[in-house]
Amino acid sequence: MKQSNMEFIRKAGLVVFMTGMVVFLASFFLAKYSYTPEIVDIHVHEAEQNLLLKKELEPNEGRINNSNISYVKMLSDAIAKVNKIQLEKYTINNIDINNIINRSKDLKFSLSLADSVFAGNSLEVVFKRESFTAYGGWLDDREFDSQASMKEVLSGIAANISRYEISGKKGFDSYRTKDLKYALTKAASVGPVRDHPLLFIFLTFGLCIIGAVIYLLPGIKELPGIKNDHIFNNSMTSRGWLGILTGSFLIIFYILLYYLPEYMTNWIIMVDPLSMALKGSEAGRFFLYGFIYTLAILVMGVRMMIKYRGNTYQQIRTVSVMFFQTAFAFLIPEILLRLNKPYFDFKNIWPLDYDFFFDNSLNQLLAGGTLGIFMLGWGISLIIIGVPVMVYFFGKRWYCSWVCGCGGLAETLGDPYRQLSDKSLHAWKIERVVVNSVLVLAVVMTAGVLYTYWTGSSQIAGLNTYSVREAYGFWIGAAFAGVVGTGFYPLMGNRVWCRFGCPLAAYLGIVQRFKSRFRITTNGGQCMSCGNCSTYCEMGIDVRWYAQRGQNIIRSSCVGCGICSAVCPRGVLKLETGTEKGRFGKPVLLGNDSFRDSS
Amino acid sequence: MKQVVIIGNGISGITAARNIRKLSDLEITVISAETDYFFSRTALMYVFMGHMKFEHIKPYEDWFWKKNNINLINAYVNKIDVSEKKLYLSGAGSIEYSILILALGSVTQMFGWPGQDLKGVQGLYSYQDLVLMEENVINVKHAVITGGGLIGVEMAEMLMTRGVHVTFLVREKGYWQNLLPEEESQLVSRHLRSHGVELKLESELEKIIGDENGHVVSVKTNHGEILDCEFVGLTAGVKPNIKLLEETPVETSKGIMVDSYLETSVEDIYAIGDCAEMRMPEKGRISIEAVWYAGRMMGETIAHTVSGHKTAYKPGKWFNSAKFFDIEYQTYGNVGNVLHAGEDKFYWEDASGTRCLKLVFDKETNILKGINVFGLRMRHEVCDRWLRENRTIFYVMEHLKEADFNPEFSSKFDREILDKFNDGGFGTEVVLRKNQSVLSKFLGF
Repeated sequence: MKQSNMEFIRKAGLVVFMTGMVVFLASFFLAKYSYTPEIVDIHVHEAEQNLLLKKELEPNEGRINNSNISYVKMLSDAIAKVNKIQLEKYTINNIDINNIINRSKDLKFSLSLADSVFAGNSLEVVFKRESFTAYGGWLDDREFDSQASMKEVLSGIAANISRYEISGKKGFDSYRTKDLKYALTKAASVGPVRDHPLLFIFLTFGLCIIGAVIYLLPGIKELPGIKNDHIFNNSMTSRGWLGILTGSFLIIFYILLYYLPEYMTNWIIMVDPLSMALKGSEAGRFFLYGFIYTLAILVMGVRMMIKYRGNTYQQIRTVSVMFFQTAFAFLIPEILLRLNKPYFDFKNIWPLDYDFFFDNSLNQLLAGGTLGIFMLGWGISLIIIGVPVMVYFFGKRWYCSWVCGCGGLAETLGDPYRQLSDKSLHAWKIERVVVNSVLVLAVVMTAGVLYTYWTGSSQIAGLNTYSVREAYGFWIGAAFAGVVGTGFYPLMGNRVWCRFGCPLAAYLGIVQRFKSRFRITTNGGQCMSCGNCSTYCEMGIDVRWYAQRGQNIIRSSCVGCGICSAVCPRGVLKLETGTEKGRFGKPVLLGNDSFRDSS
Repeated sequence: MKQVVIIGNGISGITAARNIRKLSDLEITVISAETDYFFSRTALMYVFMGHMKFEHIKPYEDWFWKKNNINLINAYVNKIDVSEKKLYLSGAGSIEYSILILALGSVTQMFGWPGQDLKGVQGLYSYQDLVLMEENVINVKHAVITGGGLIGVEMAEMLMTRGVHVTFLVREKGYWQNLLPEEESQLVSRHLRSHGVELKLESELEKIIGDENGHVVSVKTNHGEILDCEFVGLTAGVKPNIKLLEETPVETSKGIMVDSYLETSVEDIYAIGDCAEMRMPEKGRISIEAVWYAGRMMGETIAHTVSGHKTAYKPGKWFNSAKFFDIEYQTYGNVGNVLHAGEDKFYWEDASGTRCLKLVFDKETNILKGINVFGLRMRHEVCDRWLRENRTIFYVMEHLKEADFNPEFSSKFDREILDKFNDGGFGTEVVLRKNQSVLSKFLGF
């Protein structure tokens, strides 16, 4: 095909793709929000909260909000108001506490005192009685030195009840608030996307896929061989304005997804029909995310297949990540839900899958019958047998660049950015500290969660295990893995999370470093230090440092993507899994016999 | 303390500096006017093509030199005073040396073509050449490259990434035929053409024609053909850079004459790399080996001598590698462009015509003498061992798999190669060794 024709087709593909992107972005704003009391009835089942919320929202009935920002603000205000009302109603106040103290004999506290102060059948006193028993039970029969110290302790209990119990039982705690805002916004959304979701799927995802394929296909006509031409002249792939723009878009998308899902309801409405078809219920934000994620891996996987024609290793590896994402991460879990079985991704491994041992996950699996027990056993076997055995024979690549979902996205969507990883020694030092710290953190967090699961106590050494796991989820699970992990592709390369953050990668890496057959060997004396290997190493390994001195590359971080070997112009690098013997051999540069006799 | 001064921060000079540092506490200074820091010369093309930025082709981070106590000076050496043991630098005064290592590299070979100094006409060797090429390539639609060696192909590949139409003038009947045998030369020629390079064989540059601004507009070939172009690449090879030694007693011929210890005719002055010319090259080697690997090996060797362990330079079995667009090339041992007396060959080429294997061996003894391989990767260590151990071609055929260095899952050609070999009438039928069972491979028996 003529060069100019190819350019024309490429440009046409780009235009179609950009059209899809623009419609996708525009659809974010293409809705109005109309509040009706029915949506509260659907989502709030507790009678008390239901009535209060409806009362607060009543003035907005029949009013159309043009923007989700004002609509969400209205919801936030109403929810906050309900919480305030409930707090005032149910708080154990000074009068209550003084009553308890006054009725006590010789400053001795007993639960019966509280019961007598909170006697009666009204909602308030029943709640106060029950919650005081739950939170203050440990104080039964305690004697105090003074009124002041007794008051201090009892006030502390009252404060804990206000903080944890009232919003949870009588109002809306932070989790509930987030869910509710999302659900009430989605339910209130009206407009073209709601009316024609399938049309919008076509106009957004459909056009993006078609455009991308049109853009990519002419590549088949080129001669096989890896073309990295102009990567550092292109603003998309060299931290130019296009790259920064793309990174910003991804970062905003992840922030919306994890922290402000109530603003992206229109995108979720769009994929409702798909979700209905697949699992028989409406889409949630993570269905949308899984859908986009899988599409990205598939379309950019096609790009990989074209780009790395002539390198079978790359092609098989790409098919593998495309398959595991589509089947194991996306379809099977959704189908399991449809069959009323526990949601389970058979290829996800703790500690990357950090909530595997959370009480709700464990309970769900334990309640899931034989299949649930099998899933639990499978998950644990992967951790204690799967990882070490597979890494011993094949290196951590069996997971990181063949199976893993994060790795799958990095190897496909992220491939155009692999050259942006930092290769300095300094970066390596930071990497080792940070990634291993996250592993320690994940182990500690999980140990705490299991402690609570077995003992029922949520306090260890002054730490609340729920707070620890919440913090881990917020900072590591969402901020690091998502916002930074993917959002920073165009800024710091496609493996920021895998390199600096993934606790599973750290675990796999420790096995790979100390007990594995995997290594990258160098070919005699053929290296001429060009630097392609280091530049295109997504993990920021300075491959050349080893190659130019004839030393095997054995690094805990190496995910075995094989690109160093693929881009080497002199055939110097080969991923190998021979016997362990000689793996850590002395560096050898062949060709010079000057010291052959002496050394 | 002894002051070792090295002129040139290419692979030879830098390897010398690094290895002297490993072996001794001598004071080391490296002087270069080309760049502040060592870079990989062979990778300049990738910077032009946008595969890498210049910083990526520096094999060591900038802090490395200070940490290893190697002084770097960016200056041009104007003059060497051999009797005073002193170097005079451009702008920066002078520097004394106890030991001087000349690692001056090469310069582009010019044959006095009329018009070779016109604007838009250049060679490609140094960092400055790369910068010049960036300027020269602006608005260029047609380029002519003359001289069918490695740099010519690199230049063609570079220019084509900027959408330039390239006409490649080659004096011989096929590309690089003063080094490559006929079949291999044809294979590369075909590949160049498939990429759109206009290869004109048996064509030589007669003169370069310029316009009133002194810029090239066309070239004339020895067939009288006029080729319009805005860029001319002169890539008919390089020669040792010895201008600095013109007024010194250091003996030169084509290069700086050195003995087997790489010492020049003047005591305490050594020469390594492209600029050195061996008085007595090892058997089977030429006197000037302007390749990366030779420079590196000389650098390693001289470091031992300078550090007090006098060591003769003894290169082992010859090897080299290159890449022609998408086709990688490796060579081990000696494969001439024509068979020498008493030699025979085995040649296999795959159906696509982009991969081949050539084995040259002794007709009498069947002992392997050299390997050429295109489009496949072979294991240096194994090829080197076969050559050292004087293995016969039958042994090589039987053990061909051991030399496989291709990425996992690559198409296998050993069956095909062996069939071709057995059909070749070389006497003995070679049977492929049985495949290891998957289980034993897995368990590593």
